[in-house]
Amino acid sequence: MSVSHRVGSDHQLARLLQIGIVLEEVVEARAHHHYQSLDATDLDPEIESLLSDAAEESADHRARLEALIADLDAESIPFEDIETLVEAQYAQTKPDDFDGVLYDQLCNEETAYKFYDDLVSAIEASDARFSVDRQRLLDTLRSIREEEADGVEEVTNVMETRE
Amino acid sequence: MNTADQYLKAIYLIQEMEDGPASTGALADMLDVSPASANEMIGKLETRNLADHEKYKGVRLTDDGIRRARDALQTYCIIERFLANVLDVENFREEARELEAVIDDTVAERLDTIIDRNPNCPDCFDAERDACAELEVECEKPAD
Repeated sequence: MSVSHRVGSDHQLARLLQIGIVLEEVVEARAHHHYQSLDATDLDPEIESLLSDAAEESADHRARLEALIADLDAESIPFEDIETLVEAQYAQTKPDDFDGVLYDQLCNEETAYKFYDDLVSAIEASDARFSVDRQRLLDTLRSIREEEADGVEEVTNVMETRE
Repeated sequence: MNTADQYLKAIYLIQEMEDGPASTGALADMLDVSPASANEMIGKLETRNLADHEKYKGVRLTDDGIRRARDALQTYCIIERFLANVLDVENFREEARELEAVIDDTVAERLDTIIDRNPNCPDCFDAERDACAELEVECEKPAD
């Protein structure tokens, strides 16, 4: 066990970035499946656009995280397997209504924000040398974190206007 | 998981294994910290009514401490199972220990949505093996 809140190696960093990719995959899959599961006659263009943007943003975040992992001295894992697993899991879940979809999306964005915030802090606290340029790493993660913060705000605004 | 929660989890696991209070030495060993650091944190946990420390006997969690420790253990169990079952990590124990400080419980809850965890978690956790008993992987007793 360790009580260190720092990231100390390429391997550990790669693993955390992989977890970020899975979280993004979860965001995308939940947004997609939950929206598809709603009654077609009640589709709301505002929510449709919000979820579609969220899915697009998650795909972009995954690509940026994968690019960082590619430059690290660590083994990667096949993400096709994870994609299949996540898809299978979310095909079985169904929210009750639009509010359920929005609330779920809010949790997704908040969780992702928290993850990147903790990761940035852990890298900032570390004096380890990574194979990937430290500034590029932090710039990428801070920028993704900002986009997650914007996502939280966006979902909150939609929720407020619907009240 | 913050440092206090890691201490609570460690005290809980030692209590379970020893069937009694956790000694400062055993706690320091488990967390790989100095006895002085362990003592300092025990003092903080006592102030927050999460643990009671009795000289020469050791530290024991209060009911609130046990609740927090079980939540922390559940988060740890999710990390282990996620690493072993989703990312197919062979050294999942070692990696879970490295990652637990950086993975928050809200993040673990999201990861939990793609693993099939036993409803009795964290009672599924085998303190001796330092692993969730539900994990279908070959487990050897970890080295100190």
